[in-house]
Amino acid sequence: MDIFADVALLSRIQFALTVAYHFIFVPLSIGLGLILAICATRAYRSRDPRDEAATHFWVKIFTATFAIGVATGITMEFSFGTNWANYSRFVGDIFGAPLAAEALFAFFLESIFLGVLLFGRKKVGRLAYLVSAWLVWIGSCLSALWILIANSWMQTPAGAALNAEGTEAIITDFPAAAFNPSIYARYTHTVDALLIMGAFIAMAVAAWYLLKGRHTDFAMKIMRTGAVVGIVTSCIMIVFAHASAVVVWEEQPTKLAMMEGQYETEAPPLYAFGWVDEESQEVITPFAIPGGTSMLATGTWDTEYPGLNDLAETEQYGDLDPEAMPVNFVFQSYHLMVAMYGLIMLTAILAIIFTYHRGKIQKMRWLQKLVLISPLFPFIAIQTGWITAEVGRQPWVVYPSVSGPEGVSLLTNDAISMSVSAPELLVTLALFLIVYLVLFIGWARVIGRFIKEGPVMAAEGTTDGADGETDVVAVATMADVQDNGDVEVSQVVVEDDAAAGASANGKDGE
Amino acid sequence: MLTLSVLEVLWFFLIFVLIAGYFILDGFDLGVGVLFPFVAKTEEEKKIARRSIGPVWDGNEVWLLTAGGALFAAFPDAYATTFSGFYLAIMLVLFGLIVRAVSFEFRAGDPKWRGLWDGCFFVGSLLPALLMGVAVGNIYAGIPMDANGDYMGIPLIGLVTPFTLACGLLGLAMFLAAGATWLALKAPLDSALRGRAMKLRLPLQVIALLLFVVVSVMGHFAIAPEMDPSLSLLRWASAAIVVIALVVSIVVGQLGIAADRKAKEAAAEAPAVVPGVNPTPGKLPVEVKSFPYDLVAFVTQSAAALFLVALLAFSMFPVLVMATPDSIGPAITIANAASSDLSLIWMTIILGIGLPLVLIYHVVIYRTFRGRVKVEDLRH
Repeated sequence: MDIFADVALLSRIQFALTVAYHFIFVPLSIGLGLILAICATRAYRSRDPRDEAATHFWVKIFTATFAIGVATGITMEFSFGTNWANYSRFVGDIFGAPLAAEALFAFFLESIFLGVLLFGRKKVGRLAYLVSAWLVWIGSCLSALWILIANSWMQTPAGAALNAEGTEAIITDFPAAAFNPSIYARYTHTVDALLIMGAFIAMAVAAWYLLKGRHTDFAMKIMRTGAVVGIVTSCIMIVFAHASAVVVWEEQPTKLAMMEGQYETEAPPLYAFGWVDEESQEVITPFAIPGGTSMLATGTWDTEYPGLNDLAETEQYGDLDPEAMPVNFVFQSYHLMVAMYGLIMLTAILAIIFTYHRGKIQKMRWLQKLVLISPLFPFIAIQTGWITAEVGRQPWVVYPSVSGPEGVSLLTNDAISMSVSAPELLVTLALFLIVYLVLFIGWARVIGRFIKEGPVMAAEGTTDGADGETDVVAVATMADVQDNGDVEVSQVVVEDDAAAGASANGKDGE
Repeated sequence: MLTLSVLEVLWFFLIFVLIAGYFILDGFDLGVGVLFPFVAKTEEEKKIARRSIGPVWDGNEVWLLTAGGALFAAFPDAYATTFSGFYLAIMLVLFGLIVRAVSFEFRAGDPKWRGLWDGCFFVGSLLPALLMGVAVGNIYAGIPMDANGDYMGIPLIGLVTPFTLACGLLGLAMFLAAGATWLALKAPLDSALRGRAMKLRLPLQVIALLLFVVVSVMGHFAIAPEMDPSLSLLRWASAAIVVIALVVSIVVGQLGIAADRKAKEAAAEAPAVVPGVNPTPGKLPVEVKSFPYDLVAFVTQSAAALFLVALLAFSMFPVLVMATPDSIGPAITIANAASSDLSLIWMTIILGIGLPLVLIYHVVIYRTFRGRVKVEDLRH
């Protein structure tokens, strides 16, 4: 079929594009939110202006990132109605409530206390400021909870039944629907991944300063925080990842088969990497542990799993056409995620050892460079993990899971908006590409500027912040603070907008 | 006729309560965004205008997401039909909200691209402010729907009629009037910014009032959908309150301007009675502790917005999306669109816990940032 006339395909492309984009900034927000809250706690305890400058540095980066996350999140909430109207009609009885709960319990909390964090430094007490930092982070975690409840229900439906006409899923038990079989594993797996991302970004920023030889004291503090958060979150990931794999094994047999490229029923081997030849329906790989995946999931070497061809024969999964499925794509995504986890562990271990072993990392340029690029590892892992989860459940949008209520499933192709035409979708797809590209450039410019500027001491009297109003001619940065705690003016930022700079200076003089 | 459950009726009106919350709260900050290029001339004025909504706009916008989520949960068919039927219009609103949301932080952190982000702030405010009203006009006047409830008309263009356009302009005028009253309330007492906002407030409110009369007359006589007769009194009362609230807001606003002028004249005639208090003759020394004109003007303007939504709810009940005569399918009503009672019970529990929390957050944020924006606040 012509790709430019296929509404279902175009809708999927638009959703995939917008959600993947959104999912660049959400991990940064939730991950850095924790780093920010930790910094705010340290500043609250120490009352050290350098710690306050560090907190403020993260507030600026967090806010610019949060803004784009919020903005692109609106797309997602609207998209169910705009592009997936039939889906909305089918699941509305169940799916809408978590979305409303997300707005009520999470979005308000985040956005309102971010307002305090941004503009309230001189308006609220120190404790209230600290509490606001934690509330913003808690709000973002709650937001993840509700949207993942909604997503998990689509993967492993529960607490629902098909209505008499067979047109809608009707709720029968709200707690069972919310705490469906995959929510615990999915929530912990996802949020832990986001925290790893935040820790790696923090470490990368620190590594950049170490490489440049600037803000060394600040960099080492951030490196220590990032290394601890990084190693803890990376280690417990083993537990959460395993739990997620077990849920897939128990509930989503077709996804498991795609992840392992398994067309025939067998005890699945363990591949480190490989290539699924979709024509011959075989995995090409130089190396495999026979029965290895079976061992990981069940503890025995010879537990057989049904392959895609046998699953397609069953009534439950009869809509699946093994030859039309992107098996290799899911296989590669899944194995890339696992490979990235290896790099994540390696980086986390090296970082914690050489940060805490007499701060050796300060002299190890190769490690600084590794840490600088290391956010790519969790970034790729998060994206490929998400692709595995979402493409792996195709061709369904509401997956007929093993324990799911009978008849509560919906094919993706049946979920679209009938009133939206392909030309309209092409227009909006083009607009998304343009707007999102401009947004990304704008974001990168702002973040780059904040990082170049570094942490700014409040006492030095720059305008700050989120309003980022750096209309000052000279910015004293907290640079190269030596052990004696002296602050040197090490960087001069010359404002290009001279008039604005002059007027701001005039204000300073009053 | 099917009897409606208490929960279904309750949720019909709760949706409109959430919409009203959005219309009032995001109303003033969208209005500020559209007025921005016209009232804020210098860099300092731009910063003050943005700062007046900076801490609150994000929370205000969440009301829209809450209303959208609640509509999805309580009346999935209405959510599906409107969002997919108004596809391009909703997308324009969406792109507006997106570029507007990032414009705050990106402008602040990127002096070279300020012009771009200022433009985004304006366009991003204008699109939702205008198109929301057009959308409301369509659900009231009716859209052509097939048996599945899907919109059958021409995309985007088919949604624009004289009536829906008038609704869009009424919405825009209300947003702008709210923005002007907000700026008058928040801008520094003696600033040119406040002066311009106060000057614009009167014509904007008068236009809003005239458009309200036009839309009401068209809606009642030309469109004339079947309305629930038992709500007739509530409709008339709501319409009357909209008019009264707007008139009161206009009068109080003008009294405020007169009082300001008087205070200035008094200050000019008796300069420096108390040394240091009144350094510049003809300028207001301190906020005169008198009747809070600007606050009352803003509150009554908001009340007009509230009762405008109430009038809509009482006129629509029990219909959520009217159907035009050429529709194959029926209008979307409470009876054929509501979620199950069990779902609505859980939604009521969620809202029952959530809404008080949300109101507490609002008290916190509006109290923290109460009073006028000061120039020294810009260095926070």
